Amino acid sequence: MTDVTNSSAADLSTALQAGELSSVEVTRAYLDRIAADDDTIGAYLHVDADAALKAAEDIDAARAKGAELGPLAGVPLALKDVVVTEGVPTTSGSKILEGWRPPYDATLAARLKAAGTVLLGKTNMDEFAMGSSTENSAYKVTRNPWDTDRIPGGSSGGSSAAVAAGLAPWAIGTDTGGSIRQPAAVTGLVGHKPTYGSVSRYGLIAFSSSLDQAGPMTRTVLDAALLHEAIAGHDPLDSTSIDSPVPVLAECARRGAEGDLSGLKVGVVTELGGDGHSEGYDPGVLARVAEAVALLESMGAEVRQVSCPAFDLALPAYYLIAPSEASSNLARFDGVRFGLRVGEDGSRDLDEVMALTREQGFGPEVKRRIILGTYALSSGYYEAYYGQAQKVRTLITRDFTTAWDEVDVLVSPTSPTVAWNIGDRVDDPVAMYAADLCTLPASLAGVPAISVPCGLSDGLPVGFQIMAPALADDRCYRVAAALEAAQDAARGHVLLAGIAPKENSPS
Amino acid sequence: MSTPSPKGQLTRDEVAHLAHLSRLAVSDEELDLFAGQLAAVLDAVAQVGKADVSDVAPTTHAVPMTNVMRPDVARPSLPRDVVLAGAPAAEDDRFRVPRILGEEA
Repeated sequence: MTDVTNSSAADLSTALQAGELSSVEVTRAYLDRIAADDDTIGAYLHVDADAALKAAEDIDAARAKGAELGPLAGVPLALKDVVVTEGVPTTSGSKILEGWRPPYDATLAARLKAAGTVLLGKTNMDEFAMGSSTENSAYKVTRNPWDTDRIPGGSSGGSSAAVAAGLAPWAIGTDTGGSIRQPAAVTGLVGHKPTYGSVSRYGLIAFSSSLDQAGPMTRTVLDAALLHEAIAGHDPLDSTSIDSPVPVLAECARRGAEGDLSGLKVGVVTELGGDGHSEGYDPGVLARVAEAVALLESMGAEVRQVSCPAFDLALPAYYLIAPSEASSNLARFDGVRFGLRVGEDGSRDLDEVMALTREQGFGPEVKRRIILGTYALSSGYYEAYYGQAQKVRTLITRDFTTAWDEVDVLVSPTSPTVAWNIGDRVDDPVAMYAADLCTLPASLAGVPAISVPCGLSDGLPVGFQIMAPALADDRCYRVAAALEAAQDAARGHVLLAGIAPKENSPS
Repeated sequence: MSTPSPKGQLTRDEVAHLAHLSRLAVSDEELDLFAGQLAAVLDAVAQVGKADVSDVAPTTHAVPMTNVMRPDVARPSLPRDVVLAGAPAAEDDRFRVPRILGEEA
């Protein structure tokens, strides 16, 4: 293997197990790329090269001694900075947590550590995961490796940019309304939001607890399946964790790549870019998605249109439910137990110090959402806003349930547009929220959904979304793998290989 | 059900009140900015009122689960010093808080 930082994590894993590469070699290759390119890309908030190399050395030493290691041992990875990591700075993209070193690991971080993965660093994100462009980070701008004038998506934009630029083989993101799938789509990656409750939320800094879910962001569908398997499974520390066995996903991805979809029933969601619903969608996005649907059909899938009328209200419902939950979750940032404290001069009381701390520690989007959530939960407005949104959420779930009587999976664009220019939507929250149009229904219903690349429009990646019933994540992987394999075969190379040549490592 | 017409109803004063309830010492400039932006957002989200939900129960959570139990077994808690190390102020092995009573108290 000559080109470490353009390899899939699965290939790195194979080479490490075969002794063709050491973890130190692999880790150093990524650290070198980070040193060379992250000033431009801005993917990472924190990188500890010494700690990463030390962890890699330990894995190599264990392997040399003949220790039993899992398949991921020695493979580096990046974590979104919303994931709490013991002793490693964790900010959730916010100044209110600047300098905080958590005293414990999130369950998924502990599982990945136990699997022998090597933490390269923590990636940039919209503050508290609120955003679709990573521009709401309190720390820095992250750039899309396909075009550095454009956004990398969000809120997991540091993770998407890191993987697309070859600054990590794969990364963990979190998805509340699309924050794994949309950044994956606009950077040419695979991103999967697991069934709600199937990956532990313990140690994820909470944004909207009934929606938050962590998942993989990777170069290939197989990588996503492998990383998903490593973090999935019941966790008694998360009371919403589903007590069921870890799903078998990598095998489904491998079988899916064989390209036989006969018997699979695919529903194309009319309300997400279909007839009469194409306003706001790039024609290039719709064209690539239509080609992907045709490709599924050519592999034996039965395709039909499916109408899900309540999806039209997913955006307003989400932008009531998520801010409401956030306004409550973010009350924990009170300037007492962790993070920032501002204005304590002996004369100000706790309330005043708290208000000054939160004023200085939170950015504008976080404040807007806290205010909106507080409003939606206020007496007199609760029923009309929060209560009504929860009922719309039921209608959306019913649309899915009805659809599953007819089809095995639902498909749509992941995002209505390709990556836009940095700065274009920062002053217009409503325009920013529109980026989540296609990803919100699956979030609200808690069902799994994957974004897989389906080509380029204007030289920029387009994502194809595949949604499945709860706990049927394997269907997402099967269909995504089939699509990926067919497209790679037709193209002659993986989509990411089309990224500007300056991004290719000479190593 | 009837929905109050919220179009543009979120005034600057209301935003100020909500900010106070949320313990956010927002500036005058922010009040001007947020009042306009939040009115637009509210206008967009008010569309939920269009749905006919007469026979619909609310969804609070995607996974229907109640009363999740685990064995009542004592586990070690996080070490005190490690936790206090993350606090903005600590004293005598405790979190130190700003004063909680007014001058006149």
